[in-house]
Amino acid sequence: MIHPIPSGTRDVLPDETREVRAITDTLRVVFEHHGYGEIYTPALEYETVLARADMAEAQPTYRVFDETGAVLVLRSDMTVPIARVVATRYASSEPPLRFCYFAHCYRGVRPQRGQPRELLQAGIELIGSPAPQGTAEALTVLCHSLDATGLKDYRVGVGDASLFPALMESLGVPEEARKGLLEALVLRDFVGLGEALEQAGISGEAAELLAEVPQRRGGPEVLADAPDQAEAAVSGLRRLHGLLEPVVASRLIFDLGLVRNIGYYTGAVFDVYDPALGTPIGGGGRYDELLGRFGRSLPAVGFALGVDRLHIALTGEERGTGMMLAGDRSDGLEPERAASR
Amino acid sequence: MTPLNGLTIAVPRGSLFGDTVALLTALGIDTGELQTNDRKLLFEDIGVITMRPSDVPTYVEAGSADLGVTGKDVLLEQTAQQPGEHGRQVYELLDLGYGRCTMVLAGKAGEDTAMESLRRLGVMRVATKYPRVAARHMEETGRQAEIVEVKGSVELAPLTGLAEAIVDLTATGTTLRENNLEIREELFTCTARLIANPVSHKLKAAAVDELLSRLRTLQGATPATRLAGGS
Repeated sequence: MIHPIPSGTRDVLPDETREVRAITDTLRVVFEHHGYGEIYTPALEYETVLARADMAEAQPTYRVFDETGAVLVLRSDMTVPIARVVATRYASSEPPLRFCYFAHCYRGVRPQRGQPRELLQAGIELIGSPAPQGTAEALTVLCHSLDATGLKDYRVGVGDASLFPALMESLGVPEEARKGLLEALVLRDFVGLGEALEQAGISGEAAELLAEVPQRRGGPEVLADAPDQAEAAVSGLRRLHGLLEPVVASRLIFDLGLVRNIGYYTGAVFDVYDPALGTPIGGGGRYDELLGRFGRSLPAVGFALGVDRLHIALTGEERGTGMMLAGDRSDGLEPERAASR
Repeated sequence: MTPLNGLTIAVPRGSLFGDTVALLTALGIDTGELQTNDRKLLFEDIGVITMRPSDVPTYVEAGSADLGVTGKDVLLEQTAQQPGEHGRQVYELLDLGYGRCTMVLAGKAGEDTAMESLRRLGVMRVATKYPRVAARHMEETGRQAEIVEVKGSVELAPLTGLAEAIVDLTATGTTLRENNLEIREELFTCTARLIANPVSHKLKAAAVDELLSRLRTLQGATPATRLAGGS
């Protein structure tokens, strides 16, 4: 008999569930240890409520009607529902507020390895703590929790969502050309970025900077040599770097071209990489304007890990069969061994 | 360190193969066996994997290869179609300049039966190996079309009545002419592109950047690539 399930979903049987549960239990201990209380929210929300956030590419895909004809969507992340909770249930609470979650989210992606349409996310949201202290705390919790799972070779790419727009502004890119350039960067189409610059009639030093700065990534030296036009964002990253304990700082890759495909990010953004998997296993960033859209204006930061991807990466490291066949680490950095559980 | 800095590159068999091998040779890689042994797929000692061009983004996206060479036509065919949908998650690093082709809409020489079908029957039938590119082009130009996907010798379709038009890639137009087809519209030109896995691009940044700068030097930097890569 064949009774199909929707594309991009799957059943999880006991052997796998046990391993996944071990990971989420470990993460929960670390999250709680840092003061993040776990919450649940409904998988279904009103479309009009979630639409207050600019989700860009991560917009909810699945819609249903309820008995009154209202349109409900399956949530595509937990950040927006938690923003709603804060504005309604914690309308007068003294910040900062700390929440963690383990929840399934739903996205209309092309299903492939580690990229299901129903994905289990584990993450935190830190509400009411501005940059750089709040960002430093989120990165610290991120690294401590990954260390606790035993993941060894991960790195965290850190950039700033405002960097490229600021660069375009200060280099005098005409308003109408900015969207196209940003789109090429979001697609990581550096050839297309070069073509878009040519079409917009931007040449000389400005074109060189706009094409080349987003490709800069590496250790703290990347921040030291950054061009003046990116100073605001870069100095923020420098202050952030100064606040981090060495075990966290040594995991970072500063990436001046890092942009995420979700619209609500405003400042620092991050992606988590592991050599055992070809796609990021998680990410996050600052979303200082999102809460305001729900009526309680507070700066905020958070991250989400794809639990399935983390599981694949852990298994890959354990087997020593990472994706990268002949992979030397180009930076020669040996991260610290996993911290105690 | 190997000439590829320890990186793995997916190399397409087929029309881009010769130029890609020439490029690898110019980078100082010993391509002797790669050129003579066309059955072997994995050349571990030089960091090369060979495959059909349309598979290159698949291997690179999954991280089974750090880098890859493929045509812009392949990347456009595999790109996202709708908001919310994801295209291939690969970085497009460099226009390699070779393998220049044009994506065209062509039909049988003489009277344009496709437009007649569209006018009288409301729809034109378009055969193609690039169904998403073709569908997007028809949508953008406001014409209804029935896209017929074929896997090879698309020129046959208008000659046998399977379709009134084709969307296909052509370098010189010789095959089209030989089959009594003529170009009606040019969609875009394509060249070979260097693509990278997003995680390799971060975790092996120094290796990737060093290779890129050597490639740019080799190319003598056409305007587009110089802009794409910076100085």
